[in-house]
Amino acid sequence: MASAPRPSEPAMLPRAAEVVERRTESRTIFTLRLRLVDSDAAFEFAPGQFNMLYLHGVGEVPISIVSDPEDRSVIDHTIRAVGRVTHGLADLKPGDRLGLRGPFGRGWPLAAARGQDIIIVTGGLGCAPTVSVIHYVVRRRAHYGRLTVIQGVKHAEDLIWREQYAQWSALPDTEVLIAADEGASLWPFHVGRVTELFGRIQADPANAVAMMCGPEGMMRAAAAGLEALGLPTTAIWLSMERSMQCAVGHCGHCQFGGRFVCKDGPVFRYHDVQALLAEPGF
Amino acid sequence: MHNGTSYLPRAQLGSLLEALRTAGYRCVGPQVRDGAIVYDSLDDVTALPYGWHDRQAPGRYRLESDVSPRCFAWANGPQALKPLVFRPEERQWRARRDAGGALSFEPLLPAAERIAVIGVRACDLAALELQDRHFLGDGVRDGQYAARRANLFLVAVHCVSPADTCFCVSTGDGPRAERGYDLALGELDDGFLIDAGSEAGAALLRGLPVSPASAGQGAVVDAEIARGAARQSRALPGRDLRAALFAALDHPRWDAVAERCLSCGNCTSVCPTCFCYSATDEPTLQGDASEHGRRWDSCFSRGHSYIHGLVVRADTRGRYRQWLTHKLGSWHEQYGRSGCVGCGRCIAWCPVGIDITEEAAAICAAAPDG
Repeated sequence: MASAPRPSEPAMLPRAAEVVERRTESRTIFTLRLRLVDSDAAFEFAPGQFNMLYLHGVGEVPISIVSDPEDRSVIDHTIRAVGRVTHGLADLKPGDRLGLRGPFGRGWPLAAARGQDIIIVTGGLGCAPTVSVIHYVVRRRAHYGRLTVIQGVKHAEDLIWREQYAQWSALPDTEVLIAADEGASLWPFHVGRVTELFGRIQADPANAVAMMCGPEGMMRAAAAGLEALGLPTTAIWLSMERSMQCAVGHCGHCQFGGRFVCKDGPVFRYHDVQALLAEPGF
Repeated sequence: MHNGTSYLPRAQLGSLLEALRTAGYRCVGPQVRDGAIVYDSLDDVTALPYGWHDRQAPGRYRLESDVSPRCFAWANGPQALKPLVFRPEERQWRARRDAGGALSFEPLLPAAERIAVIGVRACDLAALELQDRHFLGDGVRDGQYAARRANLFLVAVHCVSPADTCFCVSTGDGPRAERGYDLALGELDDGFLIDAGSEAGAALLRGLPVSPASAGQGAVVDAEIARGAARQSRALPGRDLRAALFAALDHPRWDAVAERCLSCGNCTSVCPTCFCYSATDEPTLQGDASEHGRRWDSCFSRGHSYIHGLVVRADTRGRYRQWLTHKLGSWHEQYGRSGCVGCGRCIAWCPVGIDITEEAAAICAAAPDG
């Protein structure tokens, strides 16, 4: 019946981490490069997983990991300052300490996607989880087929990592398509929705994996567009967001039907969540 | 499980408490306070609710007393086991920041207090089993819950007085305590029949001034349990309503119930299986230390579904639908059964008397796709 008590699980207690570098990406978006203070501690993760970052005295927030999983020495998080904790994190400087629990959740199907064409669709500012995938594929370019990155933003000024997109588009077999709902003067890219760019996807739909992140309305429209291109819903993956306070499936906030986004996700096969995703309020 | 039922005369009930105290337990049991049955420290059997009965109806809970010699002739109160293992509020870890800015973290586990609970109902045992699956099952174990749970000794009492709001027969969780207890009591006017359900229970029972129970005494308890079960008039329309509920997400009844629901969260507070909590952080005034903890949360709160500027369930319709589709539907996916044990607390303690059995029946009966 009852089992013997044992100390709090490691997943429940933060480890101390230090800010190695802070990069400003836009007015509200910044990247913190962290290292664990206890240098013996190995940090292994998969792209698409997230950490709980703890700001002393304020609280924890779930933030996806954008660095390369083979780089065990530093952990990068790209964060938008939007609430109490993230505004506080924005003020951290190199040398400052914070707490880190993780990694949590299931990441992208990168092993299964080997040898296949990759289509990345991201919208708004939710691009951090997919940026980790792009980095991953770009660094292992020969292991994957054609790479298509489709990034949508609301306003032209929201586009971050512009240089990086330019670098990626220069790679072989790689195409970067960018759209803004509202353009600006000298905006060289498409004005309109990301789905309007789908006609330019050159991937082989029978041998492609799509990975999406962003607002759910955009992802549903994008999934429909990808299906129209011939991708099965089992080849379409997405990263979901819900309130996450414990990250281990206990606090209940991230429930999506019977799934806990924090431990069963945040990356899901579109096929598995399609029905409930169409239903507002879950 | 046991070789025979024992009989403990009523005058000897104190010996059970004495034996539990000797074994190192603090006894917790039902008592009348503020017009309700509550579970709190029990030092003397005279504090038990002798002669008290509960009258429950949608939005209503009242106690009445008579000259009955019994102390367990009532159904339940607003809480039982949940607050003892999953505290309404508790600390989980402490962060310290030294003068140089270095951070360290230490877990804050509860003191290993051994607690014996007297008068646990079958519905509450079923709920505890579900909370065990949630906090101690596959995946990460909750240290706070595990520490409290491991130190719990459970003395069940078969329920012979279900309230009008009870429907444990329909969920399959009562009124007889079938498992999950250390000792189970059947109450007679002059004493108690006792069965052990664990090694710890059997060991304790050996030290009590008991005699073998007669077949006649057993028959009396069985008949009373059966009569109580037969009195239950409420029922859920099935044990697995997942398909029916998720086929009825656009049912107009959700709007109708949202018109009445205050989104107050009373139902989730009294529900013995609801497990949601929100994180809390309390720094000291000096800022050198901060305690991270948790507090019960409710899917009826606005903050429950908040993500960076967006509330997924902004209206009451969405929140009631989330609660019911989870409790009676998606629990199956998570823990292999419904999250409802039929205790009826959400019906009685709802300030506007919303009845889960009535809502479930209305929504499932007329599901658009059957």
